Amino acid sequence: MHIKYESFVREPLVDGNKNYHQVSEDIIGPIERKPGRMWYVGFFFSIMLLLFGIFSVSWSVYWGLGTWGVNRTIGWGWDITNFVWWIGIGHAGTLISAILLLFRQGWRTGVNRAAEAMTIFAVMCAGQFPIWHMGRVWDGFWVLPLPNTRGPLWPNFDSPLLWDVFAISTYFTVSLLFWYSGLIPDFSLIRDRAKTKLRKMLYGFASFGWTGTAKNWQRQEALALVLAGLSTPHVLSVHTIVSFDFATSVIPGWHTTIFPPYFVAGAVFSGFAMVNTLLVLTRKILHLEEYITIGHLEAMNKIIVLTGSIVGVAYLTELFISWYSQSWGEMAAFQWRIMGPYWWSYWAMMTCNVVSPQLFWFKKLRRNIPFTFVMSIVVNIGMWFERFVIIVTSTYRDWIPGSWSYYSPTWPEVGFYLGTFGLFFTCYFLFAKYFPVIAVAEIKFVLKTSGDNYKRDMEQMEALSEDEFLHLVHASHEEEHDVVHAH
Amino acid sequence: MSIKKFAVAAYDDEAVLFPAVKKVRRSGYKIHDVYTPFAVHGLDVALGLKETDLHIAGFIYGLCGTSTAVGFISWIFTSDWPINYGGKPHFALPAWIPITFELTVLFAAVGMVLTFCYLNQIMPGVKKHVFHPRQSDDLFVMAIELNAHTSEEEVIAFLKTTGAKETSVQIAEAGWWYGRWDKKEPYELLTTI
Repeated sequence: MHIKYESFVREPLVDGNKNYHQVSEDIIGPIERKPGRMWYVGFFFSIMLLLFGIFSVSWSVYWGLGTWGVNRTIGWGWDITNFVWWIGIGHAGTLISAILLLFRQGWRTGVNRAAEAMTIFAVMCAGQFPIWHMGRVWDGFWVLPLPNTRGPLWPNFDSPLLWDVFAISTYFTVSLLFWYSGLIPDFSLIRDRAKTKLRKMLYGFASFGWTGTAKNWQRQEALALVLAGLSTPHVLSVHTIVSFDFATSVIPGWHTTIFPPYFVAGAVFSGFAMVNTLLVLTRKILHLEEYITIGHLEAMNKIIVLTGSIVGVAYLTELFISWYSQSWGEMAAFQWRIMGPYWWSYWAMMTCNVVSPQLFWFKKLRRNIPFTFVMSIVVNIGMWFERFVIIVTSTYRDWIPGSWSYYSPTWPEVGFYLGTFGLFFTCYFLFAKYFPVIAVAEIKFVLKTSGDNYKRDMEQMEALSEDEFLHLVHASHEEEHDVVHAH
Repeated sequence: MSIKKFAVAAYDDEAVLFPAVKKVRRSGYKIHDVYTPFAVHGLDVALGLKETDLHIAGFIYGLCGTSTAVGFISWIFTSDWPINYGGKPHFALPAWIPITFELTVLFAAVGMVLTFCYLNQIMPGVKKHVFHPRQSDDLFVMAIELNAHTSEEEVIAFLKTTGAKETSVQIAEAGWWYGRWDKKEPYELLTTI
């Protein structure tokens, strides 16, 4: 017998009275049942947003980027703001799956599947912006290093904009592979439970013929571990490379070495907030509160307050350095941020990002669900303003006063952004209906150590004396050794 | 196609499974495989399986990515079409680090996943025999290969003594084939004993 004992200081990861079969029922049940009214309403609304987005983008491609509010002074507006916003959101999924796996955090099992799905959809949305903001989208393949008849003319590998192309494509591919390789065993569960022919065929196809032999699982764990080990530095590199789009330039407000850690912390911050937004809704609608517990949400909120504080310190550092550097360009840029024509965006950013997450120091608020939901939206609004402030308030007034300008988005730009919400939520609604939103196999793996009822059964261990406990441990170790040496 | 006869035992608790595996191996029966709904730590050791070398393959794929990136970019920038970008050196290794790193990760991840699928014999369209419908739900299923000399009743009786909740004898394909999961193979329509 294996002794799997977890301290009572740790909250159970799975509440209630669950066994393996009940776990399957709870998580796979919603997939097998017809969706509720809420699902249809939400899905319809998402499709409408997506269609409006497609219309806005088609309009922009057909009539050209003159239909947008960007100009020679402010070359990037809502397009790149939204790009960085979506990519930042995507990083939480990888962080939860990969980094928390390396740190052996069991609580990741309740949230990683939905978070990884969120990552993939967020990266899909983010990728729209670099593509459609090109203008001459039909020449878009020029960024790829493909042999061609134009010389062959190759892209500029020294440019951060090209590093972005590689980083984002790799990020999407690796996230998709990590997510899917975890889904395969869960698809086999749905397949084996399936009563209808269509479901058996589709999920059988999706499961790749997985049967769950010991060797299969051994390799699956090795794969997950290595993908986690690769994804962790990778996710840090992706947002660092995105920050290089700005940091490697020369204008005040952009040319600063603080950007890589600032951006990465900000990405984790906004990503966790978006995961919270999705999870608060998902757990309520699909009745999964016993798997996505308040403990899970509290852990997420702790990370939000941590990364929010890092972001806050970064903002204050920027302000300090702009004075300390005595560089007139830097000082001017920040004075205008605080008091100039875009002061409203700067103060929205500071309030939402620096002030509000500090409320999560209070345990009562960390464990309060409506507050968590509202905060997650506030944080994402704040992070949107952060990217807006960085991009627009640095470009609108640079070296030559004669070229100073002001930027306002036009309706195609707003429509494009709303369209990405449509894309994101359409995908998420489909995911929540047809895919297991929680990693079933991983929950079963932690059930007997961290399940509520199992932890309560372990209470008898607390009553044992030291010698009795040691004796029990040694006895189980001997049994394991016997098995290893047997032929 | 290799259709074999199996004695199948299903257990509902890991604490019963491990001693059962030990007992079956000591008694000399050949365990075809053990199917579990999730990764059971120690089971591969208990079955005497070798550690996987998948991570070594991943490392090699990663090295391929690194060399492809550095080799390709340096050839382009130093030999094929060197361009003067503001006086910057043609061989600018620091500038190539981001792309080199990304390609390392990409090659390693894609290569490992493809190798994983190849080794586990899984792919879209692959079908295998499922010994018990609850093997992905809440049971741990052990399949023992029976040859012409083994007595079915003996093996089944033995498996019952190891604590199996359910036992059966099945005639099934041991490997994989291309098929649709909503259709049954001809041999699947044979009655199980």
